[in-house]
Amino acid sequence: MSRPEPAGPLLEVDGVSVRFGALVAVNQVSLRVGRGEIVAIIGPNGAGKTTLLNAISGFYQPYAGRIAFEGRERTTLKPPDVAALGIARTFQNVALFRGMSVLDNIMTGRLLKMRGSFLLEALYWGPARRQELEHRAFVERIIDFLEIQAIRKTQAGRLPYGLQKRVELARALAAEPKLLLLDEPMAGMNVEEKEDMCRFVLDTNQEFGTTIALIEHDMGVVMDISDRVVVLDYGRKIADGPPAAVRKDQAVLDAYLGVAHD
Amino acid sequence: MDTVARSTDALALDPERDTFPKLVRENARRLGSKVAIREKDFGIWQPYTWSQYFEQARLIALGLASLGFARGDRVAIVGDNRPQLYWAVMAAQALGGVPVPIYQDSIEKEMEYIIEHAEARFAVVEDQEQVDKLLAVRARCRHLQHVVYDDPRGMRAYSEPGLVSLAELAEIGKKFEVRHPTHFDDEVARGAADDVAIICYTSGTTGAPKGAMLSHRNLIVTARNAARFEGLREDEEVLSYLPMAWVGDHVFSYAQAIVAGFAINCPESAATVLADLKEIAPTYFFGPPRIWESILTGVMLRVEDAARPKRATVHFFLRLAQNIERKRLGRQPVPLWQRLLYPLGSLLVYGPLKDNLGFSRVRRAYTAGEAIGPEIFLFFRGLGVNVKQLYGMTEASVFVTIQRDGDVRLDTVGTPIPDVAIRISPEGEVLFRSPGVFQGYAKDPEATRQTVEDGWIRSGDAGFVDHDGHLKIIDRAKDVSHLADGTVFAPKFLENKLKFSPYVREAVCIGQGRPCVTALVNIDLAAVGNWAERRNIAYTSYTDLAQKAEVYELIQAEVKRVNRSLAEDEILRGAQVRRFLILHKELDPDDEEITRTRKVRRGYIAQKYAPLIEALYSGQDRVQVEAKVTYEDGRTGTMRADVRIRDVDVVAAAAR
Repeated sequence: MSRPEPAGPLLEVDGVSVRFGALVAVNQVSLRVGRGEIVAIIGPNGAGKTTLLNAISGFYQPYAGRIAFEGRERTTLKPPDVAALGIARTFQNVALFRGMSVLDNIMTGRLLKMRGSFLLEALYWGPARRQELEHRAFVERIIDFLEIQAIRKTQAGRLPYGLQKRVELARALAAEPKLLLLDEPMAGMNVEEKEDMCRFVLDTNQEFGTTIALIEHDMGVVMDISDRVVVLDYGRKIADGPPAAVRKDQAVLDAYLGVAHD
Repeated sequence: MDTVARSTDALALDPERDTFPKLVRENARRLGSKVAIREKDFGIWQPYTWSQYFEQARLIALGLASLGFARGDRVAIVGDNRPQLYWAVMAAQALGGVPVPIYQDSIEKEMEYIIEHAEARFAVVEDQEQVDKLLAVRARCRHLQHVVYDDPRGMRAYSEPGLVSLAELAEIGKKFEVRHPTHFDDEVARGAADDVAIICYTSGTTGAPKGAMLSHRNLIVTARNAARFEGLREDEEVLSYLPMAWVGDHVFSYAQAIVAGFAINCPESAATVLADLKEIAPTYFFGPPRIWESILTGVMLRVEDAARPKRATVHFFLRLAQNIERKRLGRQPVPLWQRLLYPLGSLLVYGPLKDNLGFSRVRRAYTAGEAIGPEIFLFFRGLGVNVKQLYGMTEASVFVTIQRDGDVRLDTVGTPIPDVAIRISPEGEVLFRSPGVFQGYAKDPEATRQTVEDGWIRSGDAGFVDHDGHLKIIDRAKDVSHLADGTVFAPKFLENKLKFSPYVREAVCIGQGRPCVTALVNIDLAAVGNWAERRNIAYTSYTDLAQKAEVYELIQAEVKRVNRSLAEDEILRGAQVRRFLILHKELDPDDEEITRTRKVRRGYIAQKYAPLIEALYSGQDRVQVEAKVTYEDGRTGTMRADVRIRDVDVVAAAAR
């Protein structure tokens, strides 16, 4: 926190393409995410949003272009390395450890920060014990922040969908990410759950200063919470700007409403 | 019919200990390092001692003082049970102000009414949610100026004037103290026993809320008398989970905790109360009947999930415990074999169950507010939880009567605590006088006059005092009426008694101005259906089942049971149910027969079922009805049915 932040955007995606065989899912997309920003990535089904997110988090290797995080190139990194850099994510289809408690699920978000030997951990002794307590204290702050105290000890698989999404967000936050990637955090939620989630996303951004890139379909949500909107269509970026401007953009309207091709 | 119990000491209070801030100061000296309050935060119970309690409240008071707080100022307190909010209550009192707690789930309009009516200049609230409401209220209220909040989360972007966090307030307070080193002590010293200590707004089923003003003397003397009566100790542990705006929480979590010096525990959130209850295992617990009921339901649901042998064991021992407890409360001998089996039950069922619910350490617990179902009461008592009935009102600083240990009954609310006098008015209304009798409703002398007469409070409840000096509440006074010969008739009391049967879902008793009492009964389709299946009685529908002769036998036995219990009651003995019928359809809010909250609409039913009621009083043994029914899609139809009528024997009074 106290270190001077380096200048320049947090994340730079420069002419990135991803292809699966002959299919080009993401086609020379460039975008920048500034520190502290909330950027929404939108687009019709199959536009390449999730693929782009996967490329950023290291699940896919781009076939062309470069990705830089905090000014350092990291195009070819694997997911664990990306996570170590300070990028955390949630998934479109909830990916929790269903048999584990909510608390343990969130603790896994701290794994990258844990040091120490297997033996000490197993004995829960000395530095291992101290470390466990510190991490637990941090996790408790997140539990408090996301208001999930009542389900702390519940098995994740037994929770309703909306809460599972929240636990997933908690696990991502436990890694203290600089950049948080959210893949449809509000999909399948009712209005009330969506409002809660919006508040948590905004509060995360405010309280922890976390930069957030999210994919979302609900236009109301996108317009309400994002500083900037990037629109993809057929793997290409067709618009990038503040919500109000994007909403009026002709290319965006055509992509969403369809346009007569003559 | 006066019943007066006297305590040994007079009402006079030591001027060094006659207000809550003075008492907390005393606790900070005497019990400085003892835990006063715990809050579960970040997953851990964080303790605060009595000296921290005093110090925190002192800083809040100094902060308020630097904002210009004057004696007599009112402070709205809004939020879940939080240590900081209890400190704010004391801080306001220390400066000669009056805390006005408001229900945290109130909507803006309700909050606005109370803040405007109480003329609150300050508000101390829990979090952003409440701040948003208060800021909206402040835009329209003339009085409200300063809003103080505890939880800074989400508050970063707020820059409204007059909005300050508790942490900042404490800082301002420290600076203020440098300039005014004796301000706090001076203000505390100026406080006197008869200052208003709190204004509790009571919701009331009709009209706008009324602000009951209670003085330090009211609360201190009442809390102390009840504490002595019940033998409360410094090592009690209480879970503070009921709304702070409710006088009950104020008395249990604030007044009594301070007077007796025991510790209170604030749950992590409203959703974690049951888990927190288990962790704290309080020694002293209060719950309205609905809380006891929901705990019992939770237990039963889990029992049904268990494997068959376990389930059978649990059911067997729970039945045993309830049978024993029923006999004990009825002063009947308990058979030896049951007494011998009970310890085994403790080992296998009662102990583990109590432990799991957080009742393993409870020395005394109360239920109050409305009648509790006997099976719920017996369930907890059978487990060995000393739950007792209590009768109280906001206007009395809560305590009027309590069931003494060893003198617990199913159907009374106990005997008066010390210094409380009870009288029954000629109309049968319960009147009482006590040191807790309030100072009146804020700015409403008319309502005060209607409630207090010569120091006697009109409770609005009809009841009587039995041979052993136990107060028995029958009904709300306005619902009580008389039969043609003048016998007292309490329909709701009878209906509740009928509804305590699992087979009776609804009951409507008729009798005002009539020669005798009759009843319209709705059976519980699930319970009676189950009962019928076990006896191989085939039925097609509610209407069909309701008119089975066997079902009439079943319900007749239930009515007889009610008559038997009435026979023991010298006033209501004459109002036994003579005839009843089982309605051919279920009372339904769609048909406007009951409200959405399941309150019977007497007037409408009397009109709609007039032919049935006439038949009940004409001696027929069956009657033809035609009824209009509304289906769920809004269509209406007519149904015809043949309804039987049964006579029930009157039970004579048992010789005493």
